[in-house]
Order: sequence, then C-alpha cells, then structure tokens
Amino acid sequence: MSAITFKTIGIGVTFSPNLEANINEAARLALCFGSKLVLIHVGEASEKKSSSFLKFLSPFESKGLEFELFFKSGDPVTVILGSTEEKKVDLLIIGALKKENFLKYYLGSIARKITRQAKCSVLLLINPSIERIPCKHIVVNGLKDPKTKETVTTAFLVGHKLGADKITVVEEIDQEEVSVNVDDDKSLRKSTIIKERLRLREEARVKVVLDTIPANYTKDMTIKSQPIFGKRGYSIGHYAQVARADLLVMNAPSKMTFWDRLFPHDIEHILTELPTDVLIVQ
Amino acid sequence: MRTKETSFVGFIKNLPKNMFSGLVVSLIALPLGLGLAMASEAPPIAGVITAIVGGIIVSILGGSHVTISGPGNGLVGVVLVAITTLGLTATYAAIICSGVILVILGFLRLGKLADYFPSSAIQGMLAAIGLIILGKQFHIMLGNKIVRESGIDYLLEIPNTLIAVFNYQDKGLIYAAVAGILSLAIMVFYSKIRNKYLQLIPAPMWIVIVSVGFSYYYEFILKTTNPISDAYMIPGIPNIQEIITDIPTPNFDMVGTLSFWSSVVALTLIASIESLLSIKAVDKLDVLKRRSNVNKDIKALGLATVVSGFLGGLNVVTVIARSSVNVNNGGSNRSSNLFHALFLVVFIVLFSTELTRIPLTALMAILVYTGYKLASPDVVRRIFTIGKEQLIIFFATLFVTLKVGLISGIIAGLIATFIIHIVVTKSLSLFIKNILKPNVLMFKEENGNYFISVKHFCSFLNFNILKSKLEAIPEKSDVILDFSLCGFVDHSVMENVHDYQELFHKKGGNIGVIGLDILGTKSEHPFALRRLLPLQNIIPNNKTKRQKNLELVAGDFELKFDPLKRKSSLFLENFIYFKTKKVEHVFNQLSAKNNPCRLFDITYSEGEFIAKEVVRSTMLYIKTSSSVPAFTLDKEGLLERLYALAGYRDIAIKNHADFSNRFYLRGENARAIKTLFTDELVLFFESNAYYHIESSKDGLLVFSKERIASIKEIKALLDFGVRLNAIINKV
Repeated sequence: MSAITFKTIGIGVTFSPNLEANINEAARLALCFGSKLVLIHVGEASEKKSSSFLKFLSPFESKGLEFELFFKSGDPVTVILGSTEEKKVDLLIIGALKKENFLKYYLGSIARKITRQAKCSVLLLINPSIERIPCKHIVVNGLKDPKTKETVTTAFLVGHKLGADKITVVEEIDQEEVSVNVDDDKSLRKSTIIKERLRLREEARVKVVLDTIPANYTKDMTIKSQPIFGKRGYSIGHYAQVARADLLVMNAPSKMTFWDRLFPHDIEHILTELPTDVLIVQ
Repeated sequence: MRTKETSFVGFIKNLPKNMFSGLVVSLIALPLGLGLAMASEAPPIAGVITAIVGGIIVSILGGSHVTISGPGNGLVGVVLVAITTLGLTATYAAIICSGVILVILGFLRLGKLADYFPSSAIQGMLAAIGLIILGKQFHIMLGNKIVRESGIDYLLEIPNTLIAVFNYQDKGLIYAAVAGILSLAIMVFYSKIRNKYLQLIPAPMWIVIVSVGFSYYYEFILKTTNPISDAYMIPGIPNIQEIITDIPTPNFDMVGTLSFWSSVVALTLIASIESLLSIKAVDKLDVLKRRSNVNKDIKALGLATVVSGFLGGLNVVTVIARSSVNVNNGGSNRSSNLFHALFLVVFIVLFSTELTRIPLTALMAILVYTGYKLASPDVVRRIFTIGKEQLIIFFATLFVTLKVGLISGIIAGLIATFIIHIVVTKSLSLFIKNILKPNVLMFKEENGNYFISVKHFCSFLNFNILKSKLEAIPEKSDVILDFSLCGFVDHSVMENVHDYQELFHKKGGNIGVIGLDILGTKSEHPFALRRLLPLQNIIPNNKTKRQKNLELVAGDFELKFDPLKRKSSLFLENFIYFKTKKVEHVFNQLSAKNNPCRLFDITYSEGEFIAKEVVRSTMLYIKTSSSVPAFTLDKEGLLERLYALAGYRDIAIKNHADFSNRFYLRGENARAIKTLFTDELVLFFESNAYYHIESSKDGLLVFSKERIASIKEIKALLDFGVRLNAIINKV
C-alpha cells in the first residue's frame, strides 16, 4: 500500500500573534513535500490582508513555493471545511492554543469541530515556530484496523521527508483483551503469559505492516515496536509524551457520533490534551 | 511449578505446625470472642460462634493463606448501634443481609472498595472505634456499669469512674475492679517480658487461666464463694446442647425501614474495610510471600457472615492480631484457621461451665487494651509526622464518627481530604477535569523493565487505576514509576506505593519512584515531598554512657562506632528469625570495612495490633563465604522438644550425643550441615556460652537474649564471634 501523498496543504489563517509562525510552518512543510499551499482566511478579501500574508510568504516564494490565497466569509467551520473540499486539500494544518503558565496544549472549539469533520488528513501543531524545530522521533499507532497500513506508511513518508531518525509503532492492548483478572499468584502468572502472547502476536502483525514499507523510507531509521497496555486512544498520547516524540501519527476515527464526545475515546482524548504535534491520517 | 502431589505432601507435612498454631490462636480467640460479643451487647457465645463459623467456612472457601477470621473489633461500634436501635433478632437479619452484600461485592470484584478511602480517614475511623470500645468498657473494667448516650459521653465519664473506684464500699466491687486492673496489667506488660514459656500462651488466655484458677482457689481451697460480685461475672455460657437448641430466629420484619438498611450498610462497609486492611497487612507477614485472592476471600467472608447470622453469630471478618499470632506460631496455610475453629468447638464442649468463672472486668480489660491500641497516641504522632493536614483529616473523621456515626464519619473524612487536596493544589479543575481519565500508562521496555507513567494527579480518588497496573506486574520485575507528569500525589498513594515497594523488594523485584523531586517547590507538593524526607532522626551529640562505652569497645576491636538509626537492614533479610518479624531500624553499629563482624542494636516488632511486641536487642552479624549451609542452632529445652513433636526435626551429629542433647540444630540440608559441624566446631560450641546462632546465604547471626546487651555481654559476644568466624573459615 502506498502512502498518502500531500499534493495540496491548507492552513486557516487569522491575524493572531501566531500568524507568522503558522505560515512559516505550513510553508516549510509544503516545500518539504513539494506541495501547493492554500491559505484560507475566513473574511472579506482586501489588499491590506493579502499584502500582510504575502509579506510572510515571500522568503519561501524564492525557494519555489507554489501558493494560493483564499478568502471567504461565513461560519469558520463551514468555510474551512468547504474550501478544503473545493481546493482538494489533502492536509489541513491547525494550530493549537497553549494554556497560560502551563506546558499544556489544547484545541479551540472551532479547531475541534474542524478536526472531527474534516475529510482530509489533519496536522495539529502545538508549538508553531518561526525557526524550524527538527522532528526526530515519530510515534505512530499500530492498531488492528484497515487504515493502519496506510497510516504507518504515511508516518514513514513524513519521517523520511522531515529527516526523522526514529519511528516507534505503538500497539495499544486493551485490558479486556488480557481477559484474566489478577487476583493471586496463579492468575498473575496466567495473565503475564497471556500478555506475552498478545505482545508477540501484535509484534508479528506490525512486522507484516512494516515489511510492506518501501525500503527507501526506512533507510537510516531506527524502527521500534512497542506494545502498551492502557486505554485505547488515550494511552498512545501519554506514551508519545513520555517518549518525548515530536510527532504522533494516528488513524482517523471511523465514525463520530454524539456519544463519542460525551464518553471520550480514541481521538477525542488526544484532542483534549495534545501531547505533541499530531497528524491524523484520513 | 509444583505438582499437585508434592503440594499435598507438603500440606500433610505442615499439618502438625498448623494444628499447633491453630491451638495458640484459639487460646486468644476464645476470650476475645467472648469480650467482643459482650462489648457489642450480644450474648457472649455469639463471638465464639462467629469465630467457629468463620474459621470453618473461610478456611475451606477463602482466598488468603494465613489469615484468621472471626469477630472483629472494628465492628463492635456498629453492632452495638444496630442492637440498640433494631434489637437483637433484627440485628441478626441485618448481619445476614450484609453477608449477602459482601458476597455480591466479591462477585463484582469490588473487593477493592477500601482503596477509595484516604488512609488518614481510615485511621481516624479506627481510632474512633477504639475510643468507643475503650470508653464503654473502661467503666465495666472498673466495676462501674453506666449507660450513656454517645461514645463521647462515656469518655467524659472516665474521671468520675476513677473517683468512684476509690470510694467503693462493696467488697465484691473492689475485687471486680482489682481483677480488671490486674488483667489490664497483664495485657500491657506481657509483651515486655521475653520468656519463651510465658509467651507460648497469649496474654488474653493468661487472664482466663489466672481468673479461673482464682475462682477454683476460693471454691476448693478456701471453701468460700468467689469474692467478685456476681454482677461482674460472665453471664451464663450455654453448653453445646443449649447452643444448638437455642439458635435464634432472625427477625426480618424491619427490612422495610431505613435504620435497618443504614445498619446493613455500616456493617458491610466496616466489615470489608477491616478485612481488606487485615488481609493486606497479613500478606506482608506471610513467610512464603504469597498473594491473597481478595475477592475470593470477601466472598467466603460474606458467606460465613450469612451462616453466622443464621446461627446467632456476628459478622465474620479477617482479624489482624489473631492472624499475626498465627504467623508467629508457624501457621502456613488455611488449615490453621480451621484448627482454630475446631479447638474452639472443643473448648465450648468441654469447658463451657468453666468460662462463667471469668470475671467480666477481666474480659473487658482485654477490650480496653484493644481500644487503646486502636486509638493510641502513637497513631496520632505518626500521622502528625506525615503532615499537619493529615491530622485535620484524622480528627475530622474521629469527631464526626464519635458524635454522629460511622458512615457520617467516613464521609466527613472523604470530604475533608478532598477539600484539603483542593486547598493544597489551589485547583479544583485539576481533579474535576481529570478524574475519569485513564491516567496511567504502563509498558514493558526492551530490557524487560516495566515503565509506569502517571499523569495529572494521583490520589485516593483514582489510585485504583495505578493499583490495577501494579497488581498486574510480576513482583520479581524491576519497575520504574514516573510521577513527573503528575501535578499532585497524595499521602494515601505514597503510602500504598511504599507498601508495593516493600512487597516487590521481598520477592526480588524493585520499584523505583521518579519524578517526585522535579514536581516543583515544596509548597506545591507538600504530601509528596514530606513523605520522601529521610526517616532517620539525627541523634544529637550527647551520647549515653553506654554509647560512650561502646565507642571504647569499638576501639579495642578496631571497629567504627555509628550511633545513628539506620533503615538499611537488607543483610538481615535472609535469616529465618526475621521472616515473621519487621525490622524497624538498626542503631549503635560497630563495624569496619575489612572486618566480617558487625555488631548492632536493633529494633524490630513481632505480631500486629494487640499482639504486637516491639523488641530491642543486640546482635552480631558475621559475613561468611556462601558455602556455609543454612542452619539454626539453639540451646535445647522443653519447648524445642515440643517443637519437635510439631514437625521440626533436630539434626543429630554423629559421636556427639552430648552436643545433640544440649543443642537443638535445624536446617534444610542435613548432609551439608553434618559436614560443617566438625569435631572442632562442636567442641567450640560445647565449651562456650549458649547463643542463638543462625546462618543464611552469606552470613551468621549471633545473639543471646532478646534484649539490649550490656557492655560486658557485648565484649563476650564479639570475642565469641571472632573465634567462631576463625573456625568456620577453617571448615
């Protein structure tokens, strides 16, 4: 299976203190992947606005960046989602907010809505910066899911392009799967054996996925497979934080209903507390 | 893994030992059972029925190994309230209902209920129960029966009773009060006297023996009636036929009332908390380091409670003091619990009339001591050292429990703890936002270590998540527990983590806690940081005379003197002597780098709760090469011959009949021991003073008495050690 290629990268821009950092990050990525950048602004087009966007883009233009400005007024969520479809955006970049005084990041309500409904891949940036921060360690989920293969391949592509030197494939094993409750020494032994078996099974499965990755992506890269025991969707974020990953790559959720938001699981956990930059592959 | 057959052989082999420890436990269970039942105003025999039913059912169906079940002291307060509000027969119905709930909790795997209570609140609740028991029974102990409204009123009456005692005119009352005071003295001083013959019979049984003997003395020798007032003797103990015919019928008429169900809830809550705390504490004492199946045990306790309720008994719980006595007397599996029950049956069948010779005041002295132990100033002092805020929680729980009731008390404790946590962290949202999050991540690193990371906060509210992860790790592993992503860690968690650290350490694993020091400043995390402060207190410069002399001795033997209390007692861990004992610290050490001998004073404790004995002793440790087989050498006495009957074998050394007669030698590897005991070594032992000598993997432990040695004795001990070491090295 081939990786998703990002032909067009979109970013929603507003006039905030983060504007320059956001544009810089997006432009750098676009150059990296050789894709076209679309700046989406919710609001009326005006000369003044265009010129200020262009001011930030000009250093990249000289390096060969192809870009487009898109203005449209209306409800931010509808506008941004609509324009991503209209412009055939493959990857939408969203900046996260930082809590005051805390090293914690979260998504604003608009950004959350967009992430949930987007039909393309989404990259959530926790710490956009003007200068480039190298991406060294990528954590990708290895769930048993049809989308996983694509996600892992994409993670390797991104890692390859960004020059990452380590990729960890994380398999989350739910407590229910262990199926033995630890009560005493005997059940502890049993559950340890079952866990070991699950670990081997998961590792074998991931290995099959890894074997299909094109060799030039995996070159010069340390690949690690790590089974973790915890709540699906939540623990991988926790792991990414513990492992000091620079990017977490995840499958897009299959479907999202009202209940999923009420009882958060999978991606919702990640949205409430971003451990690091997150790429959700659609 | 052991096969079924060998474990069966082991079971049979250990049977005599378990029978013996079952007997000793029954000696303490009989007076305690009578006393606990009377303190809760149930018929005295109810306590014994509880112990018998509990012992039989829990030993067959339970999931723990060396615990003893029976009537619990924590329940006295609750049963008392239930009997006064509902009446006796309706209380039996409430007990049956609480048993059913316990079984259900066991099936729902909610045995961990006690984890959700902050430990300072539990301490406060136990102290309140202690004060309730102490306050009420103190008056009866001194022959002054009074009836008051609440637990606090009883406590306030204590000075009046003390004055009243000195104004007694009635001779019967004076004798009753004297019996009470003497019994209390036996309870208090028993643990101070280290005599193996005296210690064979537990203190409560001594009280029974002395008071029954006293009664017979008056009857047969002085030919008069017992001078103790009849009102202060145990009321009629039914004989076995009467017990069977007089089984009360539980009265379920009040099932619809609120007071019935509040009693049921209180009974269930206290029964499960007391049992869980006891099981946890007993597991720490288990020589074989087994893990108890808590939920299975809860189910068995619940079923036993149901049966006990139908037969006219009280709630069956796991009891700490009796369990620790069981461990100390060599109980190694559940059969000792069964034997304890069977011996109780024998006692009731044979001696039920003799039991009426026990004065009530003597029995209540046992309970007063129990109550004092639950609420002793030591508890308050310990909580104070953890933190002032813990004291607030403790006293909030204590006072509400005394004034209103147990359930309100524990709820007050929960609320107080939570408010204090909010005040300390200055953040409510930290708890509200994150309480439902699965905040614990566990994974196995490539080198086989387990890594656990905890996020947000970790307190009594969500400790169960961390606990379930820790439970699922084999105790032989190395674990790294990282709190660096955590904003707050409370005292309950630190205490529990510390327990797990001990458990892992015992089984050869290790839990390293990291990230607490980088949490922030002291003010942000007072619980965590305060808890981590080193425990040793620095002894000021003014040394005692003994310490100065020790310094001189150290000079003579070219050793260095270190007076400070040290927690590190790892080198003692492999000795059989310390398998059932808890080392608190070693101090006044004489040691040197290149010298294998190391002399020290040591503080350790044996048993738990009212059976707890703190011992200070002087010992000598000699480091040897690992080729010395494990053995224990003692002076042979009556007790050792008794032990031999219970299955401990004495190893005989050829051609040294005198040595074998005078010394009691034990060990697993008899052949290796026989080769070690050469003529020279045997002669050395024969010609020197008796010491208790024990060898483990790589060291010898030598001491004479279970007390601090004098300077003269220390010199003799050191000299003995040096010569012994020389001979052993030759072999």
